[in-house]
Amino acid sequence: MQPYAGLNKGMTRRSLLATGAAALATPMLSRRAFAAPTELTMLAWYGHAEPDVVAEFEAENNVKFVPKYYTGGDNMLGLISQSPAGTYDVILSDAEYVQALNEAGYVEELDPNDYAIADYFPEFQNFPGNWSDGKLFSLVTRFGFLGVAYNTDALTEAEAASYNIFWNEKLAGKVGHFDWHLPNLGQMSLLNGNSAPYDIDEAAWQAVKDRTLSLRSQIGGFFDYGGTFSSLNDGQMLAFAGIGDWITGVLEKNGAKVRSAIPEEGGLQWSECFSIGKGSTKADLAKKWIQYITSAKGQAKSAQMAAYPALVPNQKGWEVLQAENPAEAKRQGMTSEAGNVIDMIRAGRIKYRQWPIQQSLEDWNDFWSEYKGA
Amino acid sequence: MRRPISLYGLTFSLPLLVWQVLFFVFPLVFLIALSFWTVKNFRMQPDFDSVNWATMYGRSIFWKAYGTTFAMAAAASALASALAFPCSYAISFKLSDTARRWAVFLMVIPFFTSYLVRVYSWQIFLSDAGIINVMLGWVGLGPYALLNTVGATIIGYLTLTFPLVVLLQLFSLVFIDRTLIEAAHNLRCGRLRTVFTVVIPSARVGLVVAALFAFILSFGDFVSPIYLGGGDPTTLSILITDTTKSGQQWPRAAVIALTMIGTLLVVAFAAVRFAYKGRTK
Repeated sequence: MQPYAGLNKGMTRRSLLATGAAALATPMLSRRAFAAPTELTMLAWYGHAEPDVVAEFEAENNVKFVPKYYTGGDNMLGLISQSPAGTYDVILSDAEYVQALNEAGYVEELDPNDYAIADYFPEFQNFPGNWSDGKLFSLVTRFGFLGVAYNTDALTEAEAASYNIFWNEKLAGKVGHFDWHLPNLGQMSLLNGNSAPYDIDEAAWQAVKDRTLSLRSQIGGFFDYGGTFSSLNDGQMLAFAGIGDWITGVLEKNGAKVRSAIPEEGGLQWSECFSIGKGSTKADLAKKWIQYITSAKGQAKSAQMAAYPALVPNQKGWEVLQAENPAEAKRQGMTSEAGNVIDMIRAGRIKYRQWPIQQSLEDWNDFWSEYKGA
Repeated sequence: MRRPISLYGLTFSLPLLVWQVLFFVFPLVFLIALSFWTVKNFRMQPDFDSVNWATMYGRSIFWKAYGTTFAMAAAASALASALAFPCSYAISFKLSDTARRWAVFLMVIPFFTSYLVRVYSWQIFLSDAGIINVMLGWVGLGPYALLNTVGATIIGYLTLTFPLVVLLQLFSLVFIDRTLIEAAHNLRCGRLRTVFTVVIPSARVGLVVAALFAFILSFGDFVSPIYLGGGDPTTLSILITDTTKSGQQWPRAAVIALTMIGTLLVVAFAAVRFAYKGRTK
């Protein structure tokens, strides 16, 4: 009996029961702690389901995001139309495509009361495309401006203050285009003085085409996402049309001598919105994600996204960002100082990037192909 | 007299047939059908409308891109063949068996690395501040615009095709009957003349097939025109991506793709016909 004496010593009936109960409960606890995370599918631009953005939400909610990244709105629509309903729980879309998503019935209706829309700047509370017949279908989560991207060794800020710099002799063969007609032709339209750059009549459209064609000899190339990065980074291109801080911001943070300026003729605004995919079986969790990423805390994360930084529409998100990373808040212009990005919008210097209104998208695309081949 | 189809014969021929039907005939038929579909509000609809063919064939940019792509692929094919020939000639006639095996191995090595990576690494050499321009700078030259030019695209095409062209040329040069060359020399035929009148005609099939492969690979390549040519001028592969990028115009992209396939079939048949011209068996 000697070996068991120690075990029995001090073991009362009460402690035995307590130990037994704890032992019995352990599997339940561990099951809860180690339950396989729920998978939430997200269709988005690259970066949105990376750890720097989603890790906290995943840990708090025992969720694992399964991202499907696309490269452009057309690619996104193609992926949705070729998949059964419910394939994607969360869908991120550029504002231009939100309407198309809605019309095709690819997204669920949202309840505005679920989200902190009241914390948004007024300009973003009734964001175009988010609402249809008074119903909310998507929620803008971040945005950015497109202007003149330039190499700071080659151009001064004053020189980059007009799109006319693209025609400057010293940039011959050194101007790059981000290869998408919408931002480039929108900028040409702004340069031509069209206050609604995408709502232009035939004469104005012809003038935009003529103006664009006159730039052709200055162009050193038409680049995709990767090519834009590398050609700006290594100084192969000294100025770029059709992009903004979403590219130069990443390079600038890594020490490259590039910046983006909003010229006096005005800039364009891209915007990204979240929706819940039609037929999602995890709509509640998807809602929770949208609540998180549009909350003050989520917005500050979104603004600093590693893949590409952006401006955020939630005022309280600005405050969190200013507290967390004042340098980045200042770099992006999300401070309370005069001339911040909301002031720029209010001063009318920024226009939404959108689909052409008086011409078809095809007209613009066809011209862009012709311009490239000219 | 035709032999009856045996189980033995089917065992070997069926997998190839199934493979061809699954991965060539079926996608091709689908592509042809797709080219007659229509697109409304970003949605493709099964249809039978020739509008995509009329639209694409009616656009000057399509024919311009077609001419550019054809000319660039032909130039790459000719250049790769011309540059590869001395190399494969030396390997097959001048090297020992061991050295030849090493040379073949060295020609296979480039395929171990992704073509995309090899093309990207060319940017380090060709950019304005790249290795070549820096070295030219040492002797007071340049910088020259090398990247984002047609020349850079051709370099990319050569990166893709050169090792393969050398290997294909090599396999036909190695099997040339050496007695023919000895006979030519015995008849006092000079070295260079022997190459042009004996070696090249004897290896014609291999040389033409090598050139054909270089053409096929270059004609459809997307990586070099984009990453070394800067997307300028527009090639057919770039035009395909442009077409799909706006408005989901996959049916129009199918028209371009089918035109490319048709062109390659015509070129391949013409090349093979030329290669085997005058042969009795």
